[in-house]
Amino acid sequence: MSPSPTPAIELNGIDKKFGAVHANRNIHLTVAKGSIHGIIGENGAGKSTLMSILYGFYHADAGSIRINGKDTVIHDSQAAISAGIGMVHQHFMLVENFSVLENVILGVEGGALLGKGVTGARAALKRLEADYGLEVDPDAIIEELPVGLQQRVEILKALYRGAEILILDEPTGVLTPAEADHLFRILGVLRDQGKTILLITHKLREIMAITDTVSVMRRGEMVATRRTAETTVEELAELMVGRRVLLRVDKGPAAPKEVVLSVRNLTVKDGRGVTMVDNVSFDVRAGEVVGIAGVAGNGQSELLEAITGIRKPASGEILIHGQPVAGFDAARLRALGLGHIPEDRHHMGLVLNFEESENSVLGYHRDERYGRGPLLDLDACRDDAKAKIEKYDIRPPNCRLKTANFSGGNQQKIVVAREIERDPALLVVGQPTRGVDIGAIEFIHRRLIAMRDADKAVLLVSVELDEIRSLSDRILVMFAGHIVGEKTPDTGEQTLGLMMAGIAA
Amino acid sequence: MENLDLISILGSTIRLSIPLIFTALAGLFTERAGVFDIGLEGKMLFSAFAAAVAAFMTGSPWIGLLAGITVSVLISLIHGFAAITNRGNQIVSGVAINFLASGLTAVLGQAWFSQGGRTPPLAATARFTEIVFPYANELRDSGILGRFYANVISGHNILTYLAFLAVPASWWVLYRTRFGLRLRAVGENPGAVDTAGISVTFLRYRATICAGILCGCAGTYLSVAQSAGFVKDMSAGKGFIALAALIFAKWRPVPVMLACLLFGFLDAFANFMQGKSVPGIGEVPVQIFQALPYVLTCVLLAGFIGVARPPKAGGVPYVKER
Ligand SMILES: Nc1ncnc2c1ncn2[C@@H]1O[C@H](COP(=O)(O)OP(=O)(O)O)[C@@H](O)[C@H]1O
Ligand SMILES: [Mg+2]
Repeated sequence: MSPSPTPAIELNGIDKKFGAVHANRNIHLTVAKGSIHGIIGENGAGKSTLMSILYGFYHADAGSIRINGKDTVIHDSQAAISAGIGMVHQHFMLVENFSVLENVILGVEGGALLGKGVTGARAALKRLEADYGLEVDPDAIIEELPVGLQQRVEILKALYRGAEILILDEPTGVLTPAEADHLFRILGVLRDQGKTILLITHKLREIMAITDTVSVMRRGEMVATRRTAETTVEELAELMVGRRVLLRVDKGPAAPKEVVLSVRNLTVKDGRGVTMVDNVSFDVRAGEVVGIAGVAGNGQSELLEAITGIRKPASGEILIHGQPVAGFDAARLRALGLGHIPEDRHHMGLVLNFEESENSVLGYHRDERYGRGPLLDLDACRDDAKAKIEKYDIRPPNCRLKTANFSGGNQQKIVVAREIERDPALLVVGQPTRGVDIGAIEFIHRRLIAMRDADKAVLLVSVELDEIRSLSDRILVMFAGHIVGEKTPDTGEQTLGLMMAGIAA
Repeated sequence: MENLDLISILGSTIRLSIPLIFTALAGLFTERAGVFDIGLEGKMLFSAFAAAVAAFMTGSPWIGLLAGITVSVLISLIHGFAAITNRGNQIVSGVAINFLASGLTAVLGQAWFSQGGRTPPLAATARFTEIVFPYANELRDSGILGRFYANVISGHNILTYLAFLAVPASWWVLYRTRFGLRLRAVGENPGAVDTAGISVTFLRYRATICAGILCGCAGTYLSVAQSAGFVKDMSAGKGFIALAALIFAKWRPVPVMLACLLFGFLDAFANFMQGKSVPGIGEVPVQIFQALPYVLTCVLLAGFIGVARPPKAGGVPYVKER
């Protein structure tokens, strides 16, 4: 073996617990200088935690870090920045009502007064733009920028601080396939200029496309490191999950029946009065899954909210079994046979401080099965919860446990069980597997297909194109509040990607 | 309306607005840093008491001011310790400070001076008294502009002018300095500040200290400038009106001043209408006018000011690890 040059990063025995959760167990990792090193693992595997420790955001309970061969103590992000590390967090760390420029200089203002630093930063941004093709208007306000550009601001922030090591945590979750490709080109340029890149993702395709080396994490442990050229998607998937996985959903052809949900010329505005859904019409029939694809933020959320009675539409009609229901509240809609698995289980699906059994009846708690008059029949609730735990394999099987203490996948199963067990005629589902481990994904997907096969109408919204393609019988693509086209599920990813970007119809 | 003396109403508008301006600016600093500060009222009361006591003991209004500021900063630090360091509930901490202020000032006042919770009246030299601008007296009777100059511009104490200076100064600090940029950032997204390598805790403490200083000025104004000594519960809800003005002004310095002037004007108007009759209606109970600021607050906050978007991280302790 030739003497290898000093690695950019060496992690030695990093260990981290959040209360009872052992997020990182004795992690060793070596990253070569000037390479793109991928870290892959299921949701909750501990990737973000490990990277946040490297960036000084969390403190490791044990372990040491060497940067460029030098022992480095990273007790806060300032230390990481000084060591030449920059990070683009999974949830952007931007001040939304600040301009791009203000965000870039935050922390490196270059003096007690802003004047001079701002001028300097403006020039520096111009240079970075020229060097890497990272174009963005320095005076734009962050919240008015699309997420792709917000991410670019995060990259600029890191480069402006002189980062030689760039960590990107799940950077493509919010991007269209084309935007992701653009990002990868930029990362390629950065690597060629000698920067070291750590790319965190749970998408195997990206790892294969761009990394030089890949490490796999599972349940807080680093289980393997491979040269990308010498491994396969199948091997990585197996390493991630710890067993062989089915990457596709088995299902027969759909047999659509009568129209259950009918949306006519629906327009929905958000809280600021901006039109988010613009004159949208479509039907969902019994016995079919209609998937709505699109990059996050193109009106899917508002569409779901209007259909499920959370947001009043500005105009247009929503019909369930031919009955106009626009403007009905959630309780009335539920009585009409609507089930709703909301996009964000933490904000809308569950009360995290409640016991599992309470969440398992939430929204249906007025039902006479669960009590009489103002009183709840707790025994009935708990028996019901136990039955669902059994049927949906919710773990740990304890209906008295606080919901916050269940993992993401099991929390999602609580919501899925609650909504599906009511046997709704129409099931509206948003991001059913966001933040859910692969095992639970398979389970939830099978349940949704079973609903379809039981002649229920299913409307699915997801930003995961793979999920949309494998579950849907028809795909509607949403862009900028419009449905820009309808496709069959065998349509290529590239075609759908272009539609999602508003480029082709 | 008989004798609607606008100039004198404006003069007292200024006088009544000053504690509001100081206090609302104080709230501006903490709340833009993401720490709710419902204890403004209590801080004002504490500092009014401390200032009156110190001014009485030393005979110097300046030492009174210093004492007022010191005590108010100390109380701010207590709030900071509860809300920032220990991540306690910011509202509860603020309410506790208000109760403490109301009770402790009365008890200490009674224990030290035995005058029913008051402090002994201050001599003129121990107070901030009116500053008369050049030619103010000569111009007093020469037309409307002269009266305006004499009654509205001139004839206030030093703290009044300080309050009006504090408005552009706060603006400058918030929008033109590094500290201001970071302070605004930490109220919106403390994570962004933290990952930029800046201590969220220290930054928020500094914001509460700024608030302490400003509240100290407000309290001192009450007991050592506007009145000649401390009276039990003399802040009389001004801290809450200031909070309303802050929301009304959407957490921006210049609108804060305008909102406080509006509330001050309503207050002055209510005082003026005391015992006067309204043409066509006759005498109206003064309570109706006194209620105006509160009614206005309710009406405005109920939606007439558009969406007031508070600092996003307001009221939420910064917790990284659940
Ligand atoms: N700030 C935190 N406080 C408590 N637990 C956390 C925190 N961040 C992550 N965890 C837990 O640590 C585990 C690993 O999470 P994370 O590192 O985010 O995984 P990944 O990025 O691989 O999806 C999860 O079980 C998660 O719930
Ligand atoms: Mg993560």
